[in-house]
Amino acid sequence: MRYLRITAPLAALGFSAFLGAAIPGALSSGEAGAKAANAAAVRIDNFNFTPPDLVVAPGTTVTWTNADDSPHTVREKDGKFKSAALDTDDTFSQTFTAPGEYEYFCSIHPRMVGKVVVKPAGSSS
Amino acid sequence: MADHELWGAANINRRGLLKCMAWAGTGVLWSVSGGVPRSLGLIGDAVAADPQASGFTFLQISDSHVGFDKPANPNALGTFQEAIAKVNAMPTPPAFIIHTGDITHLSKDKEFDDADQAMKALKQKVYVIPGEHDVADADNGKAYLDRYGKGTKGKGWYSFDYGGAHFIALINVFNFEPGFKSAGLATLGDEQLEWMEKDVKGLSASTPIVVLAHLPLWTIYQDWGWGTEDAQRALGYLQRFGSVTVLNGHIHQIQQKVEGHVSFHTAMSTAFPQPAPGTAPSPGPMKVPAEQLHSVLGIRTVNYVRGKSPLAVIETPLGA
Repeated sequence: MRYLRITAPLAALGFSAFLGAAIPGALSSGEAGAKAANAAAVRIDNFNFTPPDLVVAPGTTVTWTNADDSPHTVREKDGKFKSAALDTDDTFSQTFTAPGEYEYFCSIHPRMVGKVVVKPAGSSS
Repeated sequence: MADHELWGAANINRRGLLKCMAWAGTGVLWSVSGGVPRSLGLIGDAVAADPQASGFTFLQISDSHVGFDKPANPNALGTFQEAIAKVNAMPTPPAFIIHTGDITHLSKDKEFDDADQAMKALKQKVYVIPGEHDVADADNGKAYLDRYGKGTKGKGWYSFDYGGAHFIALINVFNFEPGFKSAGLATLGDEQLEWMEKDVKGLSASTPIVVLAHLPLWTIYQDWGWGTEDAQRALGYLQRFGSVTVLNGHIHQIQQKVEGHVSFHTAMSTAFPQPAPGTAPSPGPMKVPAEQLHSVLGIRTVNYVRGKSPLAVIETPLGA
């Protein structure tokens, strides 16, 4: 769990993160500058995570934005990370440093599932 | 086992919902006879609240979603307060109130505070169980349990007796099976089921049992996760009892089913309606014209007459 750094959900970040823009404010550590460029977005809409499977490089900050009229959560299946309930337009960000597969779901609507695959660029597995 | 669906998942639908909308201005009296609930037709509030000799009534409120502020209900706290005012205006006050979950919309402290404040207007004891919206905080239900968990078992479950009936408040909003490979249904879990088995062990089979749970204890619509994976095990412990009434919330509409001596009822919300199973792409809030909102929100009273197993269930839309 040490390698997972949870950043606070900040509603204001949602829009820029969704565009994949740099969001240095979302990262608290000294390495923020180097990692800030690695941002990815998942949109929550109509009871789906889009894209459901997201492949990112280590160090990427993924931001989920709830574009639905129902609240949702983002919860890793073993509890490695979990958002609070996200109301419409709320966002949740999570920085992934360790390679691996992270399956997550909405704890309010558990049929909603998604996956973040973290692997170094150029890696085939 | 006889499986007679009155408004079962297979055939309930827009027609049923419209029927429900048409009830604005009335209550509907349900009387259970021979294990089959039957609507006795449309009645006024005064009839609905007719005092029952040596029995009692209790009232179910559900899915108040305090904090919800979107179409079709910009003020869910307001409609919750209206429901409470309606209870307080009943000519025969119910013995106690049950709230079958989704007290709040987002598990926020402010929402719990507002809901508590609203419920303080009730003169009776309020028994609550959480919905999944009440345990959606990042700490997995801490906000709810800090407030309502005192004196309960496990993750908030409990039982109590009133007037000869035994009430079991079950929690099925923790430990959802994520839908990776499963149906994404609710679960009660081993710990709670073992507790429940012990809880009913010493009771005589003639004790009327009332089970409360937020998500339905029968699968109404799997595609939307409207069911409880291990509900059959819970119902198995209740098989020997002559009268079992299951009261659920979660789906914001009335659905009822009778299976042998067990009757299942889901309740209306005091906040917003949800679509009938499969009639929309997702189970999100259903937008209805403002003038129809109150006809799809409501409260429920249950009459219990001592010495008889039937419980009469009365639905009262907020617009009534």
